[in-house]
Amino acid sequence: MSAMKPSRLLIAGLAAIGLTTAAQAADTITVVSWGGAYTNSQVKAYHEPWIAKTGNKINSEDYNGGLAEVRAQVEAGNVTWDLVDVELADAVRGCDEGILEPMPLDELPAGSDGTPAKDDFIAGTLHECAVGEIVWSTVYSYDTTKVATKPTTIADFFDLKKIPGKRGLRKTAKVNLEWALMADGVPADKVYEVLATPAGIDRAFAKLDTIKNDVVWWEAGAQPPQLLADGEVVMTSAYNGRLFNAIVNEKKPFDIVWDGQVWDIDLWVMPKGSKNKAAAMDFVKFATDTDRLADQANYISYGPVRKSSFAKVAPAMQPHMPTAPVNFKNPLQNDFGFWADYGDELNERFNAWLAS
Amino acid sequence: MAALPSYAGPLERFWYYAFRFLCGSIFLFLIAPIIVMIPLSFNAEPYFTFTPEMLAFKSEAFSLRWYQDILDNEQWLHSMKNSFIVGIAATFLATSLGTIAALGLSRGDMPYRTLIMGLLLSPMIVPLIITAAGLFFFYSSLGLAQTYTGLILAHTALGTPFVVITVTATLSGFDRNLIRASSSLGASPQRTFFKVILPLISPGVISGGLFAFVTSFDEVVVALFLAGFEQRTVPRQMWAGIREQISPTILAVATILVGVSILLLATMEILRRRSERLRGLSPN
Amino acid sequence: MAAITENDGMMRAADGTPLKQALARATRMNKARAFLLTTPLLAFILVTFILPIGLMLFRSIDTPEVSAAFPKTLAILQEWDGNDLPGEDAYASFASEMQELASDRDTRSMISRAGTRLNYIQSGFRSLMNKTSRRIQRVEEPPFKEAFIKIDKRWGEADTWKTIRQAGSRYSTRAYLNALDLTTSPDGEIVAQPEIKQIYVTLFERTIWVSIGVTVACIALAYPISYLLATLPSGTSNLLMIFVLLPFWTSLLVRTTSWIVLLQTNGVINDILVWIGIVGDDSRIQMIYNMTGTFIAMTHILLPFMVLPLYSVMKTIPRDHMRAARSLGANPMIAFMRIYLPQTVAGVGAGSILVFILAIGYYITPALVGGQDGQLISNIIEYHMKKSLNWGLAAALGGILLAGVLALYWLYNRIVGISNMKLG
Repeated sequence: MSAMKPSRLLIAGLAAIGLTTAAQAADTITVVSWGGAYTNSQVKAYHEPWIAKTGNKINSEDYNGGLAEVRAQVEAGNVTWDLVDVELADAVRGCDEGILEPMPLDELPAGSDGTPAKDDFIAGTLHECAVGEIVWSTVYSYDTTKVATKPTTIADFFDLKKIPGKRGLRKTAKVNLEWALMADGVPADKVYEVLATPAGIDRAFAKLDTIKNDVVWWEAGAQPPQLLADGEVVMTSAYNGRLFNAIVNEKKPFDIVWDGQVWDIDLWVMPKGSKNKAAAMDFVKFATDTDRLADQANYISYGPVRKSSFAKVAPAMQPHMPTAPVNFKNPLQNDFGFWADYGDELNERFNAWLAS
Repeated sequence: MAALPSYAGPLERFWYYAFRFLCGSIFLFLIAPIIVMIPLSFNAEPYFTFTPEMLAFKSEAFSLRWYQDILDNEQWLHSMKNSFIVGIAATFLATSLGTIAALGLSRGDMPYRTLIMGLLLSPMIVPLIITAAGLFFFYSSLGLAQTYTGLILAHTALGTPFVVITVTATLSGFDRNLIRASSSLGASPQRTFFKVILPLISPGVISGGLFAFVTSFDEVVVALFLAGFEQRTVPRQMWAGIREQISPTILAVATILVGVSILLLATMEILRRRSERLRGLSPN
Repeated sequence: MAAITENDGMMRAADGTPLKQALARATRMNKARAFLLTTPLLAFILVTFILPIGLMLFRSIDTPEVSAAFPKTLAILQEWDGNDLPGEDAYASFASEMQELASDRDTRSMISRAGTRLNYIQSGFRSLMNKTSRRIQRVEEPPFKEAFIKIDKRWGEADTWKTIRQAGSRYSTRAYLNALDLTTSPDGEIVAQPEIKQIYVTLFERTIWVSIGVTVACIALAYPISYLLATLPSGTSNLLMIFVLLPFWTSLLVRTTSWIVLLQTNGVINDILVWIGIVGDDSRIQMIYNMTGTFIAMTHILLPFMVLPLYSVMKTIPRDHMRAARSLGANPMIAFMRIYLPQTVAGVGAGSILVFILAIGYYITPALVGGQDGQLISNIIEYHMKKSLNWGLAAALGGILLAGVLALYWLYNRIVGISNMKLG
């Protein structure tokens, strides 16, 4: 380098700039999601067709949920993520805190049957800062070879006499408290009402107390099917898509109990200050059209959020959807507003409860 | 302790053997976990226990399929490449900075020696979760989070204390008259450093470098906070794997890493011997 | 530098300066040179290590959200005596500040952020702020007091306003109070958190007890083998040293993995126990994903850090001492207690502090094998960093942990001297 004359340095520099601009003609966006079978389904249904269509590139990253990275990046004014797949509560919180870009909801394509986007998306799946993609559920599953009596209701999960053995639960207050109340006889539509009262919280924890010593806590979505397969637990809560993967693709002897399923949605959000806004927005519009959403459901059993996509889901997949009528009997929608308010407090108490 | 003296009574004999047995058990505790998984990584079945066929040493019970798995998996290969890139770069930086600093620290006339030493060694002492949290915010604000540069700089900071310690220790046995001799013979300070000092302290520098490399190669907490998917290192990849499911592939990776540590251990032993020999040659 | 004597009788250097001065200058030069050599690393550590941690710790007292959003209202609340309710002027100013912030998308988030901060003090505040900021838009005419109370009856409670006043200080030590399971009442008194929310003191205590337990276990295991290694002929002891050094050089994650493989319900040890017949196939022992697993794995990982300093101390103890004691009639036990043990105290001390410091900040092993009751303080710091996003509390917990570690570091320096730290 020392031998290089200034003029040659200049030329080399210009060439380098030329190269970067040439590379920028094809944008690279960073899309962050939850990893495993879920990201794979997105890569197949969204990423690959979009890359083929636009010639752009996608950096696919994994994360474990939460807004920590997004908030740190936005606060620092240095955003490297362009799109993040988040849960509804995080989308709402991030939007409130002003760390997410608003989404151009008017520009979303109409459904394949011509219905405008705002009517085609299920109510509650479009948000100022977020565009929904899938409906997923937390359900519980058991190993059919390990239980004498088959569990059928959410109350059975808490019934150590009927079905003895270890249970797996996610290490967080969300869903567990709702299930505890439902198992204790609270109807699904009253759960959050009860849980907003101190007595209701005590009641939920008291119910959890009854199985505390028999619980194995999991954190990553891939863990529960593995816990079941390894025989560490006889039944466990899990995301329905992961269970589908274990049952259908890996032929594990598991069965799903849909009673008391807590359903939620995942949405695309864009951290404020994303450097590839235009390309990333284009990706969101592309990935949330009728066909793309329907196609994702072919790879994993999460339901599309567009009504026009339902009919296009392959018939073989339909019975595995959380929203299939046979499964959607006693469902509870996760209440993001409740969790935005009480999440910190309940998780704090949950952590204290775990540690005691 | 070497051998039982002939005058030892029965009680003493009992103690002698009891003590040996105790020590044997502790050595077993230390080494067993590392040894056990090596044969398991050659298991033909996806289990973590010894199958009856394995115990009967039937050849069909063993296979290299999990090693093949690593070679077929782009993520593992990529993370190995990352670990070496980050490790080597961090080692180079840490060794250079640490060696120069150790030269200053080992001079008798270093002012505020204890304070400075305390600061320089602090990356080794501060709990990693605190380091990781601090660096997460700092590098995010510089745009260096989720970049190789950020991870390399972080691992450099974590590795320097080891270089400082080993090189200072080597320099404490170093005869400073050699420097005076060299400069009185007309050598420039640079020439003195490269021709006289460095060859003599090289065992310390290399072992410090090895420590720095292992620190980076083994580090996962900072990588959890700072590395993006692109920068995933082997420990980061293992962490994800262990949290989700312990596949036999992880045991295969672990076995390879044990191989690496055996290599490092052997290198250190050679260095130690060399250093002892060199010290034996030095005037004092 | 040849000193020459001039006629004034003073010793002078070759250039004529008095020798004393010349020496002082040379010393200064040497000092400066020594210092200059360390400068690059010192600067590097200060900028890329000390500064980031300092900035992170600053977050524990930095609470700008409420004062940034509602400066005028806070000024009025400062005047309020706290009896009854604040006057109409406070409500009016709060309404106008909220309306102004909500008029623009970029400033609207300031209300939510203030709400988040208030929510740390009183749950439900976040939604109260969001709800109020939406509805207050439509209120243009006074009386604002009634309007607020109509939106939510909490605005008619003095405690709500006291909470806002409390949260309005630019800097606050609240995070440290929370980290010690304390909180403040609306009137500013420091009170204990409700029992069901107390967790951090328990976790600190548990972390300390686990670290003490691991340290003691390490001493108990390291002492015999260090003694054996120090007294065996060097050929044999070098060979046995591999048993200590190989784990030392093996990746932490590898060792944690192998403990999972050994200890899990269907793992090697349970298989062996079932095979021998000590436990039944359906009553396998739970040894991992709890405190037992954390304890065993941590002891194994930290044991070499105890063996190495102990060994190097024991190696310097002449064997004649014990022989002399024995020949003078002491029985082996007394000879050991009175002669050998005191000479190894320094090694035990050095190893203990090192092991304790490393144990107290442990994150990886508890996270992987800790299950529900094997979590330590580092794990909850990670939780607040990554999940709950309560960065102030994470920083406060980290600050307390760091203070403890630095105190031990200082102690280590006093006892052993950090310059005497040896590796391998």
